[in-house]
Amino acid sequence: MLYRENGQFKVSYTADQQIFPIRQDRVAMLLLLALAFVAVPLLASEYLFRAILIPFLILSLAAIGLNILVGYCGQISLGTGAFMAVGAYAAYNFQVRIEGMPLIASLLLGGVCATVFGVLFGIPSLRIKGLYLAVATLAAQFFTDWAFLRIKWFTNDSASGSVSVAGMQVLGMSIERPVGKYLFCLGFVVVFALLAKNLVRSHIGREWMAIRDMDVAAAVIGIRPVYAKLTAFAVSSFIVGVAGALWGFVHLGSWEPAAFSIDRSFQLLFMVIIGGLGSIVGSFFGAAFIVILPILLDNLPQWAGIPIDTALASHLTFMIFGALIVFFLIVEPHGLARLWSTAKEKLRLWPFPH
Amino acid sequence: MKLKSLLTAAIVGTAGLASLITAPAALAQVKEQYFPALIYRTGAYAPNGVPWANGFVDYLKLVNARDGGINGVKIAYEECDTAYATDKGVECYERLKGKSAGAVYHPFSTGITFALTEKAPADKNPLITAGYGRSESVDGTVFKWNFPLMGTYWDGADILMQHLTKKEGGSLKGKKIALVYHDSPYGKEPIPLLQKRAGMQGFELQLLPVAAPGVEQKATWLQIRQSRPDYVLIWGWGVMNSAALKEAVATGYPREKMFGVWWSAGEPDVKDLGEAAKGYSGLLATGTKGKVHEDIKRLLHDKSQGTGPIEELHTALYNRGMVSAALTVEGVRRAQERFGKGKVMTGDQIRWGLENLNIDAKRIEQMGMTGIMIPVSTSCVDHEGARSARIHTWNGKAFEPVTPWIEADSAIIKPLIKEFAAKYAAEKKIPPRTPEDCQS
Repeated sequence: MLYRENGQFKVSYTADQQIFPIRQDRVAMLLLLALAFVAVPLLASEYLFRAILIPFLILSLAAIGLNILVGYCGQISLGTGAFMAVGAYAAYNFQVRIEGMPLIASLLLGGVCATVFGVLFGIPSLRIKGLYLAVATLAAQFFTDWAFLRIKWFTNDSASGSVSVAGMQVLGMSIERPVGKYLFCLGFVVVFALLAKNLVRSHIGREWMAIRDMDVAAAVIGIRPVYAKLTAFAVSSFIVGVAGALWGFVHLGSWEPAAFSIDRSFQLLFMVIIGGLGSIVGSFFGAAFIVILPILLDNLPQWAGIPIDTALASHLTFMIFGALIVFFLIVEPHGLARLWSTAKEKLRLWPFPH
Repeated sequence: MKLKSLLTAAIVGTAGLASLITAPAALAQVKEQYFPALIYRTGAYAPNGVPWANGFVDYLKLVNARDGGINGVKIAYEECDTAYATDKGVECYERLKGKSAGAVYHPFSTGITFALTEKAPADKNPLITAGYGRSESVDGTVFKWNFPLMGTYWDGADILMQHLTKKEGGSLKGKKIALVYHDSPYGKEPIPLLQKRAGMQGFELQLLPVAAPGVEQKATWLQIRQSRPDYVLIWGWGVMNSAALKEAVATGYPREKMFGVWWSAGEPDVKDLGEAAKGYSGLLATGTKGKVHEDIKRLLHDKSQGTGPIEELHTALYNRGMVSAALTVEGVRRAQERFGKGKVMTGDQIRWGLENLNIDAKRIEQMGMTGIMIPVSTSCVDHEGARSARIHTWNGKAFEPVTPWIEADSAIIKPLIKEFAAKYAAEKKIPPRTPEDCQS
């Protein structure tokens, strides 16, 4: 009833090319942003910020980055954890070694280093495809695990191999409090999500999708696979690298290579697959599913007031979570994003489905 | 149909989120001291995590049942399973943090300790890392909130080296010693001390990292077979320990020449191997038999209140957990002496208590811990309190202490602590604490 586009005529190309062509969507988006930027900082508790919202935002950002590579360009990567690690350690080194380095600059430079690294490890994609490429990107994962554990220089000669940052500030304002951290991450996520959305709608994004759907056909119509694949690797690893830097700096504060292990790569790949390949909003859904759901499940028995053994609670969480993954993949193999768009289509016709 | 299920999902989700917002409001009730327990009963490290957790929880239950709490203040504890993962540990910390005005946290993982060291000062929550964590955090003037009570990894490594020196008749010159370590901050901690000792004593140190979780050690042990070190130190945790022993058996490296840190010399590590592991030694920082076990049997197990199986009571890790809990309880008790008996203490007050611990033999007797723990006395400068351990050897059926208590050599460790703590303070721009701050 409310969600209907009747009477919204587009009279210019700009109007037709908007990200949200339907007015209700635009309003909903603005409301969501207002909620995220104003209401949440006023209402949320510290636990909600630190344990749920901040990891959710950062991993959403990483999922957006990975989605560009896997969902839009069709290049399967298992090196996401590695790209995050490069971003985090590079940002750390910029922060520690250069006196007075602004925080945002070091995070972005961390992203730049991840880009270089990503392009380097993206080169095999020119020759190998699919699962073989996944195996090749695994090399990136093992390489960073090795490098950040063994090469002392990267960790500023820390005896234990663990690095940490403290006293973060942006433009003279300290962001040590959870609200500050949350808003900082939110800013990054909003800007990068907007950039990514526009990028995938541009000619570059269309090249990526052409390569994904059939690379020979794409080459025939004049798309250079080298350029398309490597730009996808570059953009993806830049975003993933910034997310990695945020994960280390803002969420953990102190980290070791285990924070960016192969498990992280798998976790992000699952986010993208469950959320929806080739969908920006799907990255958020996937991140929410993987980050928030286990915590919710873990907390449920206690809120319900059922005294339950800790080990049993953990095991139940794993079981229910696993069952839900299977359930969603059977119900909608194209991910939560497709469920979302189906729901929107139904809403347009509601209450008179035909 | 699909829409309906979506709607239900949305409602359930919102309800969940709403309860997330309101959850921390349910604060611990009055007159109850809140004890958060970041433990792990799941994951790759559970075999070793479970006995520790059981000991920790059993002691808290015992204080409630035997002493009626701490001067009448009952203990309320809550577990959160970290699975030894840093991000999960941070989530657990945040989850439990909202439930009390302040409490002592045992991260029970060196990785989580590193992460919480950055968070605890802002929240004014002391961290006890009994037998693990950052070795330099002994320096209370820099690490105001960290308490590596009863021994750090530097102490552990030092005690082992003292034992080996003695075994070799006073000199390790020209010997070759290999360190097989878990490739994480935990395993890397002893390296600075071993390197320093290697320089001083003239032995060769061979570093052999094992990737977590440590199931795959074939390559490491082939290296050992080639280089034939005189001794092998094991710095493993969980499945890595038993895997190391199995590989030693397979490569024929004598178990008599293998020495583990206290986390690598527990019953879960050797019991599957039984006779094959005979001769393997390790550090033991606590005793395993005392009056407290009778109390636990009588007051908990006889009433079906015990946390784990009763056979576990005399194992090394169970007693480690128990002593960790006891140290926390004593910290609260000490704080009550200054800030009011029978009151619930805040994190800052407990920090003072932990900084002024004085657990002497008499107090230990009262706790029923004679033979299990050694006297601990801390100060603002020394957050450690005691730095001794024994060596115990597996005889095929049980671990037997084979040496008296050996104290770590402060002359070697103190300068290292100073150096590393100063480096940390410079990196984090932490001003040294003033004498007034020490009184607060």
